[in-house]
Amino acid sequence: MPHDDHDHPHALLPPEPALRVKALETILTRKGLIDPAALDEIIDTYQNKIGPQNGAHVVAKAWSDPAFKAALLEDATSVVAELGYYGRQGEHLVVVENTPEQHNMVVCTLCSCYPWPLLGIPPGWYKSDAYRARAVREPRKVLAEFSVTLPETTTVRVWDSTAEIRYLILPMRPAGSEGMSEDELAVLVTRDSMIGTGLPKVPA
Amino acid sequence: MTRVHDMGGRFGDGPVNPEPQDAPVFAEDWHARALAVTLASGFLGQWNIDVSRHAREKLSPTDYTRFSYYEKWISGLADLLVDRGVLTLDDLGEAGGESAHPLAERALKAEAVANALAKGGPADRPSNVAVRFEAGQAVRTLRSTANRLVDGGHTRLPIYAAGANGRILRLHGTHVLPDSNAHGLGEAPEPLYAVVFPASELWANPENPADEVVLDLWQSYLEPA
Repeated sequence: MPHDDHDHPHALLPPEPALRVKALETILTRKGLIDPAALDEIIDTYQNKIGPQNGAHVVAKAWSDPAFKAALLEDATSVVAELGYYGRQGEHLVVVENTPEQHNMVVCTLCSCYPWPLLGIPPGWYKSDAYRARAVREPRKVLAEFSVTLPETTTVRVWDSTAEIRYLILPMRPAGSEGMSEDELAVLVTRDSMIGTGLPKVPA
Repeated sequence: MTRVHDMGGRFGDGPVNPEPQDAPVFAEDWHARALAVTLASGFLGQWNIDVSRHAREKLSPTDYTRFSYYEKWISGLADLLVDRGVLTLDDLGEAGGESAHPLAERALKAEAVANALAKGGPADRPSNVAVRFEAGQAVRTLRSTANRLVDGGHTRLPIYAAGANGRILRLHGTHVLPDSNAHGLGEAPEPLYAVVFPASELWANPENPADEVVLDLWQSYLEPA
């Protein structure tokens, strides 16, 4: 069954990307197939409501509460859903823990899979050819481009998201954060530290 | 063989240039519209996530390479809308009118967005395929990555991990098989595993032989090692 012998319908739309999007939105709207107000709502959701603050909440809670952390590492999907974080591109969640012995980082070499309910829409670099191509083969060089250098004694485990499982990294709690509240800890948790390309902030 | 999107391990892409962590979620307004149009169109119910991934992968290598991320989305969407008969070539060419569309009653309404996104679309299903491997077991991936059901079809075994020896890390349950689901051949759920591979098994010159790569792989991609 050949799959490549069709015309490419997209070539009928304007080539300039912003105009191409606008044209398709207009065509679909005229036919009643999409509602521009629904588009605004989708954009508002991912621009303002769902983002890395969700993941930071989970990480800070895991740093503060050993029972929560144990449950999170055992069955992240249901534990995180109880906090209200579930939905599209987060239906099957696994949390993996960084340790002095092992650093974890996440990539999707085939497309751009990413845990939306916890981190929102992935940043441009996560979807870039350079990251997708290189993270699996030379993670340490990639980490250096994020100004992260690991000791040689720390192994790197790269998780390539090839199925519908979404991965969130639980970074190591930074030194000097003893006694901080969950809310204070959440401020230390960066987005990149939950992808594994960064480390949490160190308290001032 | 594989397609242009299967780029894990490739040389020549240059440095990753991370934008600041507080950069806007959407660098351009049209990026946001492209994402929203794609999601909203998906709720018309004419395809599944595997079909939509395959639509982007089916872009010609020339288009895939020159298109930016959201250009791939919008172009893959246009192709898919025509492939599924939702739109005609005349519609895309602006010859289409404002006539009511039979699918219009399915259009996602603003008030339904929050629930629709929160509901998600789980990929685990009951399966009668017996679980063949257990955690710790040595396995090998099929030597050539390919869709075994449809020549040139969608598959999720990257070429860099084909023919590689690894070890089962965990069973995720039984999940929809993309190779089947992307082509209207049914969900065909089967066991899905996290499989860990030593970097030295995948790369001629690993940065550190103790490093590892984990992939989520369906049982039919694996054989006992």
